[in-house]
Amino acid sequence: MENILQDVDAIIDRWGAKPESLLQIMLDVNHHFNYLPRESIVRIAQCLGMPVSHVYSVATFFKVFSLTPRGRTIVHVCTGTACHVRGAPKLLDRVRQDLGLDPGQTTEDLAITLETVNCVGACASAPVVVVNGETHSEMTPNKMAALVKEIEKQSA
Amino acid sequence: MERLKSIQDLDALRQQIIERRRHIRKRIRVCNGTGCHSQGAERLVDAFNRVLEERGVARDFLVVPTGCNGFCAAGPIVVIEPEEIFYQRVKADQVEAIVERSVLADEVIEELLYVDPTTGEKIVHEYEIPFFAKQERMVFKDTGSNFVRDIGDYISRGGYSALAKVLSGMSPEEVIEEVKMAGLRGRGGGGFPAGVKWESCRRAHGDIKYVMCNADEGDPGAYMDRSLLEGNPHQVLEGMIIGAYAIGAREGYIYVRFEYPMAVKNALWAIEQAKQYGLLGDNILGTSFSLDMHVNRGAGAFICGESTALMASLEGKVGEPRGKHIHTVEKGLWNRPSNLNNVETWANVPLIINNGGAWYASIGTERSKGTKIFSLVGKINNTGLVEVAMGTPLKRIIYDIGGGIPGGRRFKAVQTGGPSGGCVPDRMIDLPVDFEKLKEAGSMMGSGGMIVMDEETCMVDVARYFLNFLVEESCGKCIPCRVGVKRMHELVVGMCEGRAQPGDIEKLEELCYTIRETALCGLGKSAPNPVLSTLKYFRDEYEAHVHEKRCPAKICKPLIRYVIDTDKCTGCGLCRRRCPENAIIGAKKECHCIDEEVCVRCGICIETCKFKAIYIE
Repeated sequence: MENILQDVDAIIDRWGAKPESLLQIMLDVNHHFNYLPRESIVRIAQCLGMPVSHVYSVATFFKVFSLTPRGRTIVHVCTGTACHVRGAPKLLDRVRQDLGLDPGQTTEDLAITLETVNCVGACASAPVVVVNGETHSEMTPNKMAALVKEIEKQSA
Repeated sequence: MERLKSIQDLDALRQQIIERRRHIRKRIRVCNGTGCHSQGAERLVDAFNRVLEERGVARDFLVVPTGCNGFCAAGPIVVIEPEEIFYQRVKADQVEAIVERSVLADEVIEELLYVDPTTGEKIVHEYEIPFFAKQERMVFKDTGSNFVRDIGDYISRGGYSALAKVLSGMSPEEVIEEVKMAGLRGRGGGGFPAGVKWESCRRAHGDIKYVMCNADEGDPGAYMDRSLLEGNPHQVLEGMIIGAYAIGAREGYIYVRFEYPMAVKNALWAIEQAKQYGLLGDNILGTSFSLDMHVNRGAGAFICGESTALMASLEGKVGEPRGKHIHTVEKGLWNRPSNLNNVETWANVPLIINNGGAWYASIGTERSKGTKIFSLVGKINNTGLVEVAMGTPLKRIIYDIGGGIPGGRRFKAVQTGGPSGGCVPDRMIDLPVDFEKLKEAGSMMGSGGMIVMDEETCMVDVARYFLNFLVEESCGKCIPCRVGVKRMHELVVGMCEGRAQPGDIEKLEELCYTIRETALCGLGKSAPNPVLSTLKYFRDEYEAHVHEKRCPAKICKPLIRYVIDTDKCTGCGLCRRRCPENAIIGAKKECHCIDEEVCVRCGICIETCKFKAIYIE
């Protein structure tokens, strides 16, 4: 708890405790902890002089923020239009069945989180899947099944 | 680096840079755009540097990690200047050979050349490849050869000369006049004349004004803004500085999607370098004009591409739009006059200043001037970024530049304008592409995504896709969008799943018109477009889904089944072993069959079968 608040304070200091820094602070906190811990939301509200409900409303409005801890490995299946017409739904169905997760969910051991993203701008390599920042291009259901196995092995 | 104190300083620096590079014999351009990067282009840069170092010739040759080349389908791309030898799909283990034969010697490596699919001929030079030869690259011209992390490269190519021209003798009004004369229209979607916007902002009351760049490129399937900002950030920055001078702003913001980390990094880096060189900050180039610039990251909300929502989010609020009875040029960020343009619009500005508004206005059609960058993606051979003059026929883009549809399949439609746009069907292939013509066809320009669809794309599924997107991205402020689009989504999902009732199509149409009339912001008002345009051109597909419970493109899972062709199946058993659901049964060397109850239609078997014995019914 103490540590969390220290890290949050450092991030707030970096951006300055101004209302216009809110989104930037929250992005960094979300990235640092892989989610927005409850304590951090309260702390940000205090420092920026705004109601907790305001910070919470921003946290639930934007897609990137998570209020629950996310997995060490995050699998992003791109569902942009180019990926969609080249077969992204089949990839998503494959991961869903293999991992037993719906988009936004995390495995119980906090190993893997499945998420979708509206477009990563790598449309030429569609369909793409991004695993912990690394882009896998021109995916097929078979390649997806193999990738899931590999991820499971690594994060076990 | 000492700050440049005058325009002469800038000219002198340019000469110095050119002089310093005179000994370089060849430039090796390695594309580091999004597409090539995802296929390992970074490793190529390291490999080239290492090999040149090992041979002790690192001083004579320059390895240039560039912005996006645009021909993403051929990535990773390496181009050797001055001859412009174009190598495609280069792997790290081929670097040694390239250095040996094409850098140190002047040979051409045949295996790495691009092969023209229509003639079967190998093409040596970049400029001869039809994909490039048939484009008119102006704004995107330098991105593919720009040394991204080196401001010197931009300056050596004449960068910041437009800014120098402005600061050395043009009044803000003259700058605005030039942009108005050019007829530049916003490239973000609406197509509002940029000069008119600037003028309103200049005239608006208030001491503090803001200049802003919209890099919240949310339209799925569009990535030209990402490529410009990542690959040539100074061109965008220069445009913004000129804009700030014209409207009288002293502070600027670049709002970038967090999904584009490299764009954030490169924009920040460009600002830092421009500050060091005295091109940003106090007393730019020794004049009394000062400008500060910030980068803000978005947080994954499509609506934040809308100007009022973007500004709300910058202020630290929920990104909800407001009614636009008072425009943002009068009351925008913090209720102060704010001028927001998108990345590509800003990137056009230096060109207009350098070459004049009249020159710019000579390109394009009567009401749409200049060029437009399109991201040509989906079911097309030459995926990539394409820049053509406004008014270029669709056919030229899809066939001459795009190289047609893969696998000899039939072209069906092209989707433009993202979730606010629509589909242009095959019978309108001769349509000249500009703001007006796309609108007449029931679509819109949007930010320039062109998603090509072939006969294996289901148009009802496409409508469902966009509605799903819009349901997720609706901010929820007004009822027509929040509730109405959801109802539309339910109806279309029903069609895709075979539950639709007669009369559903009419209900869907009625909803479309109501939402278009009553929603609050542009996103809501245009939300019915994907449905209306597909209904207009592909009503028969909707009818097949509703009345016959059939998906003609064989995409909608509940309406199709996978079948094994008894004549072609050899009983090899590969599909049986691969099937994750164990839905395929059959003894070895005997014809297999699929248990329809268990099959989830995942497509693994079709991909696996070597005999093409599995098909969809």
